[in-house]
Amino acid sequence: MGIIQSRFESNIITTTVDKLVDWSRRSSLWPLTFGLACCAIEMMCAGASRFDFDRFGVIFRATPRQSDVMIVAGTVTHKMADVMKKLYDQMPEPKWVVAMGACAISGGPFNSYSVLQGADAVIPVDIYIPGCPPRPEALMHGIILLQEKIDKEKFVRK
Amino acid sequence: MNEENIEKGGEEKEEPQEEKINLDDNPIVKKIKERFTEDILDTYCFANRLDEITIKAKKEKIKDICRFVKEEPELDFTYLADITGVDYPDREERFDLVYHLYSVNKNQRLRLRLSTKDGEAVESVTSIWKGADWYEREAFDMLGIKFDGHPNLKRILMPDDWEGHPYRKDYPLEDQKTPKERLKAKPLGE
Repeated sequence: MGIIQSRFESNIITTTVDKLVDWSRRSSLWPLTFGLACCAIEMMCAGASRFDFDRFGVIFRATPRQSDVMIVAGTVTHKMADVMKKLYDQMPEPKWVVAMGACAISGGPFNSYSVLQGADAVIPVDIYIPGCPPRPEALMHGIILLQEKIDKEKFVRK
Repeated sequence: MNEENIEKGGEEKEEPQEEKINLDDNPIVKKIKERFTEDILDTYCFANRLDEITIKAKKEKIKDICRFVKEEPELDFTYLADITGVDYPDREERFDLVYHLYSVNKNQRLRLRLSTKDGEAVESVTSIWKGADWYEREAFDMLGIKFDGHPNLKRILMPDDWEGHPYRKDYPLEDQKTPKERLKAKPLGE
């Protein structure tokens, strides 16, 4: 920094490419609108005026092709697992997954023949949010944790 | 106000129970029995209520009876509300099928019931009520009851490649395979 210090006006910021890209990625996390059960109601509430996810840059998209995050909000049945995998594969890289609620984490109360015992059996999960269903604050906390995780990502210099 | 209600309630309790409905005098049952004397095995009503009439019929005749109760103007059961199945694993005729009918014009309900063996097909009623299509597919999917004359008899609730019929009493309640085993058997997304 010594060479360029004090040689320019004060409107210049220096940073690394890693930091700049991480900052832009974590500030515009667009989740896929993917509600499967009652957790989806809390997810909707988190997006609405009281909690207002827009202020984190979290704007729900109606297609996987424009999404960065998949919030698995609810019970995943074996029939739905196929669809979930297909949607995940359609999302462009980089992509992250949030397992919201007990069902998406472990099957929750539904230890049954038809329910997948945890979304992580099919797709890689980054953040687990416990609760049945988790309150919007919990989802918000999960999103912030995901942002912190993205902040630490390095891809130029591994 | 409260005291009155309590007194009233007390009086009602002392009243003798209402007479049991005699289904032989019932116009609906009469009408069906007139036509299908041999094929009606039993008639009864739940909770002594006229909108809870059940008619147990012979399996072979179910399509004829269904057509009759729909097309006969006095009965007029134009709406098939549901078809449900019951599994009695200890019985020789293992499954019961229950047809829940409703007459919109007469505000009257009726249940038709039949018993069938495992593996034996029942005649489809899709030609009478179009709505029977998905109900019969559900009974096929969850209990494994086959229907003759159904236009598209395949699974409706479970995935297409599912093995077994979950509503059978001998079907395990919990998932017997771990997700990893299931993925090994058939990788997802293929």
